Amino acid sequence: MSLLPFCQWLADTPGSIALHESLYMYPLVESAHVLTLCLFLGMAIMFDLRLLGVALRSVRITEIKRRLGPWMTVGFIVMVITGALLFYAIPVRSYQSIWFRGKVVALILAGLNAFVFHAGVDRRVAEWDLAPVPPPAARRAGATSLVLWAVIVVAGRMIAYNWFDCDKQPQPHFVNVVAGCVVPPPGGGR
Amino acid sequence: MNLSALNMPGLVEWVASSALSKAISTSTWAFAVIESVHLLALAVIGGAVLIVDLKLLGFGIRTQGLEEIARDAQKWFLGSWLVMIVTGLLLFWSEPQKLYYSTPFAVKMLCLLLGTIFALTVRRKVTLAGEGRVSPAVMKLVALVSLTLWFGVGAGGRWIGFSG
Repeated sequence: MSLLPFCQWLADTPGSIALHESLYMYPLVESAHVLTLCLFLGMAIMFDLRLLGVALRSVRITEIKRRLGPWMTVGFIVMVITGALLFYAIPVRSYQSIWFRGKVVALILAGLNAFVFHAGVDRRVAEWDLAPVPPPAARRAGATSLVLWAVIVVAGRMIAYNWFDCDKQPQPHFVNVVAGCVVPPPGGGR
Repeated sequence: MNLSALNMPGLVEWVASSALSKAISTSTWAFAVIESVHLLALAVIGGAVLIVDLKLLGFGIRTQGLEEIARDAQKWFLGSWLVMIVTGLLLFWSEPQKLYYSTPFAVKMLCLLLGTIFALTVRRKVTLAGEGRVSPAVMKLVALVSLTLWFGVGAGGRWIGFSG
């Protein structure tokens, strides 16, 4: 099932049009989205670097979670709200962006990685809470998280570019498939 | 307010006519890729600044001393700062004329200059002073100044893209 009709409906709602056309609201929301990166991802990176055993090596994992976790959560909530608003302002183009789709996939993978970490090696954190270099499963989780969030940031930035937009044809077949572009058949027949 | 007040049209002209400037500004991908690296370093420097400033404000890690956290964060701060400067210079190189007349860019450069000096002087001195040597009120003030200046750098940077 395609979400395209839903996105087209969303794009025609007054709120979406207002946000899209606003002089200051859209830039403000986007600025909040980008700058909250420092709070959410900044804290997440510090935690991941601790999991890798390359930063804050003497600090307990549980202390970092207890003290920095709430800030990360606040940052994440702001990221999700502002991100949803950015999508709401430009639904169809975002939905049909290979970068946006790649970002969503990477976000899901990052969520899975966090789940695997919490359900796995993190349950035995008492055993390695103070280890300067955590066990391999924790280091893997940290490295995977860093790579996925880097992909998410870069893909997110690339959404702004129209290189692979559906309304910019011809595109490679691969791009049209991945982006879900509705392309009229060759010869102009409709 | 913009950098044209510095009256360096020759320098801007020289940068704009350089081969590197033309290479970046005519490339499809170069600007986007450099900016992505700039953004990734932003996340790291954000973490390195916040972990210390949150502690100064009393919200950070409690089991370690301020000095230890500050020393740990310092190398990540300096590393990401360097990446920010190198990628930032490349971004400047690709569109010097626009930035020469950009108010947000001037704000960003001013905050960057003040933020860097503040980080290497007052903030460094306070964080490395040792337990109980600096009053909590002063520590909070230092954190607020630091956060304000770095916020100015980030917000100014983002706003460059919205103006002009």
